[in-house]
Amino acid sequence: MEVCSSDGFNVTLREFGCEQCLLSRPDGSSSFIQGDTSVLAAVYGPAEVKVSKEIYDRATLEVVIQTKVGLPSVKERSQEQCVRETCEASLLSSLHPRSSLTLILQVLHDDGSLLSCFLNAACMAFMDAGLPMSCLFCGVTCAIARDGQVITDPTATQEKESRALLTFAIDSTEQKVLMSSTKGSFSVHELQECIAISQMASEKIFQFYRESVQRRYSKTL
Amino acid sequence: MESCLKVKVGAVLLPGDVFTFIKTDTISLTESLKEEKIICGPGLQRNGDDVVVCKSGVLRHKNPNLYWVDSQQRRYVPVKGESVIGIVTTKSGDVFKVDVGGSEQASLSYLAFEGATKRNRPNVQVGDLVYAQFLIANKDMEPELVCIDSSGRANGLGVFGAGGLLFKGSLGLVRRLLMPQNEILKDLEKLYPCELVLGMNGRLWVRAATVQKTLIVANLLESSENMSAQQRRTLFKRVADGNL
Repeated sequence: MEVCSSDGFNVTLREFGCEQCLLSRPDGSSSFIQGDTSVLAAVYGPAEVKVSKEIYDRATLEVVIQTKVGLPSVKERSQEQCVRETCEASLLSSLHPRSSLTLILQVLHDDGSLLSCFLNAACMAFMDAGLPMSCLFCGVTCAIARDGQVITDPTATQEKESRALLTFAIDSTEQKVLMSSTKGSFSVHELQECIAISQMASEKIFQFYRESVQRRYSKTL
Repeated sequence: MESCLKVKVGAVLLPGDVFTFIKTDTISLTESLKEEKIICGPGLQRNGDDVVVCKSGVLRHKNPNLYWVDSQQRRYVPVKGESVIGIVTTKSGDVFKVDVGGSEQASLSYLAFEGATKRNRPNVQVGDLVYAQFLIANKDMEPELVCIDSSGRANGLGVFGAGGLLFKGSLGLVRRLLMPQNEILKDLEKLYPCELVLGMNGRLWVRAATVQKTLIVANLLESSENMSAQQRRTLFKRVADGNL
């Protein structure tokens, strides 16, 4: 959420929190907290699929986003599309043909960077469910303020006052961009700058994933 | 070549971690080239010359060259040769459809029971519990179960379940209970005499002398998954003293 200077990228993100395996009914569940933004994710699968929705060589992934109040609208549908495309790129869905994987994301509190929080919670939930993945992914949001400074992991007030908001999904093996969702106006140079900053921020997030999973398995070792 | 895997045995791995096997360009004149074979178990995938981790968990090793990732999972995926507890859902013609907790129902032919012939059909109703073994289980075909082994004998497989309790645990709990000489079962033996059937699909069935004892044993098994050995022993002791 801090401002980073243009000469040396010093990326600071809000405080993270994560917990896995907190719900008893789903096959995998996780909760991810970035500052005040908090999301709960649940994964069911590989389970039975309706014949009309089955794909003969891959698993069918369905993402459902529930907001805290109100019915899901077009904005939630487009966020679901972004999350689904990212997950399909990293899951090895060809190992479970004619099955269904369902991901349900519940917003507990929204204080900015919601889409990247969805992506992080989804990745932890897939790991908790034991679904085979070829790489991990994480989400990073950057906001460009009116004076041109780039803010990573913005809060809701910073997002409102910014002139552009960019969210990227980065993969863990080659730090490539899996998905991008942008709003507002920005130049090509600013886009490249935000991608570089997101790639640096993703290293911290992957390190955090590793520490959480190590902590979880340390109890049974 | 195998050393890069051996170093990581016991470490926690995440999906996307890669083990590259470096091919040496220089051939030594004194040592002969040895071919090393590594068997990749669950959680490891071969990607050309690399081995890629695809599940998060702890890397385990069994001599001489078997490596796998031990992960905690709740959802079962059918594997050939595993014995599972299934629930019969429909009887259609010559085949029973059995729910094993996977992504599709498995089929169980009525001839796959001991002593079954076309005239002598087995006594299996919808809703019965069967302990069966997977004959066919891969991602492309419908899984198929049998209740006999290769010599035609039942050998413990078949219909069971009158008077007991079926409940679900995680796959890791069942694997721990099936290990030879494991402590949870040793402690349980001293407590009450009971009958236990463990399915590799995470389903457990218990029957003890009375309904209350059955429920106590079921609760003990479910809770022993998340307890350390010390906590478990104190809990078992409390039950044995009759204070629960």
